[in-house]
Amino acid sequence: MSRQKVMGQPTRDAYGDALAELGKENPAIVVVDADVSGSTKSRAFAKAFPDRFYNVGIAEANLIGIAAGLASSGKIPFASSFAAFLVCKTYDQLRMSVANPRLNVKFCGSHSGISLGQDGASQMAIEDLALACSLPGMTVLVPSDGLSTKSLVRAAAAHDGPVYIRTSRPKSPVIYQPGESFVIGKAKTVQDGRNATIIACGLLVWEALAAADLCVAKGLSVRVIDMHTVKPLDEAAIIQAAAETGAIVTAEEHLLDGGLGSRVAQVVARNKPVPIEFIGLNDTYAESGLPEELFERYKLTAPHIAAAVERAVKRK
Amino acid sequence: MTSSHQDLAQLARTIRKEVIQMTTAAGSGHPTTCFSATELLVALYSRVLRVRAKEPNWPDRDRFILSKGHAAPLLYALMAHAGYFPVDQLTTLRKLDSPLQGHPEKRRLAGVEASTGSLGQGISIGIGMALAARMDRKDARVYVLTGDGEIEEGQVWEAALFAGTHKLDNLCVIVDANQLQQDGWVKDTLALDPLVPKWQAFGWHAIEIDGHNYDHILNAYDTAKQTKGKPTVIIARTVKGKGVGFIENRPDMHGVPLTKDEAERAYAELGA
Repeated sequence: MSRQKVMGQPTRDAYGDALAELGKENPAIVVVDADVSGSTKSRAFAKAFPDRFYNVGIAEANLIGIAAGLASSGKIPFASSFAAFLVCKTYDQLRMSVANPRLNVKFCGSHSGISLGQDGASQMAIEDLALACSLPGMTVLVPSDGLSTKSLVRAAAAHDGPVYIRTSRPKSPVIYQPGESFVIGKAKTVQDGRNATIIACGLLVWEALAAADLCVAKGLSVRVIDMHTVKPLDEAAIIQAAAETGAIVTAEEHLLDGGLGSRVAQVVARNKPVPIEFIGLNDTYAESGLPEELFERYKLTAPHIAAAVERAVKRK
Repeated sequence: MTSSHQDLAQLARTIRKEVIQMTTAAGSGHPTTCFSATELLVALYSRVLRVRAKEPNWPDRDRFILSKGHAAPLLYALMAHAGYFPVDQLTTLRKLDSPLQGHPEKRRLAGVEASTGSLGQGISIGIGMALAARMDRKDARVYVLTGDGEIEEGQVWEAALFAGTHKLDNLCVIVDANQLQQDGWVKDTLALDPLVPKWQAFGWHAIEIDGHNYDHILNAYDTAKQTKGKPTVIIARTVKGKGVGFIENRPDMHGVPLTKDEAERAYAELGA
């Protein structure tokens, strides 16, 4: 069986579109960017609502502080930059200006993971999920395609509290059809299965589905869960997957330390210990290359995920 | 000093005594950091700031951010006298379950506008508030107090550049220039002076004053309010530990509370 891969909007484009729509509905929404609005796509909002948009310049620490002040005064600020600079450069501003007072700030980090490709390691946030998840009270979203991004950006705007949204540079394979809606903290089971479960987020949801297809030839029926909310995790979905399928593989475009896999492992270990395998970057920076070359080099593609499923199932 | 400032001077004496009582009872804290800024903030809370202690989230209020968060005891004493909470709660400073944390936390005490203590973040937060007031066409003003050592932080200059560029005339930064930082004298650490031309170069209206003189201070706040098209920075020349002779200008007294005996000597000197 070969799954039809239809390429859709990059999730960063969907973020920009969602902001422009939300801006019409809610005058409290203000967008701030650190000189990369053409890349994060917050420019779509800037064009529609120039009076509610600020390019603060190449000054990410100030960006976070300004967003905090706006939120303190009742605005709903969306602050965007590359994930590497938005989160990794400004961890202390996120910690004290935003997370400690639990201000209602929304962050969107684009160009996450290694799929931005040729610009190389300095631009690649591979540790942003670990950092964002470590902030008490922070909600962390990693949408997998354009449609889910739009729905989750809308959910983030309605959510009371700080939210980090992670988007990607390249086009994303379509996972969902119109009409699908998303709730923060409620995972999507995109395919059911009996022998193992792949829990993925972002662009690796597509790879997980392709891996499940590969497993059919090995006689394995594999469940695929889109864990679009990495914090707070849908613990019920994880425990149910562990109980019903008996083996889990996590897949993320992030370091193995502190991201989706680490967080899922905590839930499994505490509630329903079963074999787990982990797909992600193992204690390494990536490098320049085409996204598909990098996914192969760092073992994030469907065949690697399928092999991890087999390993997990063997350990049952 | 004109006679109309007697009430401010009296309040400052009381506040200094309470800062000593709080930090000596806690056995930790930064009294000398509080004393350099006492007149600056006594004047601000008594004569300038439009806030409602019984309605701390009043949307049209002015904002004050203590960016140098280690002067928390000073902020708490002023807030207590302004009516945010009872004065007798001050001695819970730094104790378990007290809203009076070692450094101010917005979620734990109504009237605290930002969680500070990690230096350099307050002006950026103030900018966000000033922008919001401008967007909502409110005449609320935003005041931020920083230390002089604190403005060694790079974020301060990101913020200064933005506020100057955007002509945020509803923003006023007060630099408590007490010339000392934790490890020693500011001048021996980094070449921070001259401060007035530095801020001017970033697009600010800069005023240099004696930070313990109420005529200077009130005049500076008034000038800041009248200044249009530019944010204002008040470079307040101050003395760390001011008001208690034996702890003034002492590099070794950063973050050191007074002993009980020293506290008694200080109260006698303060006449409080």
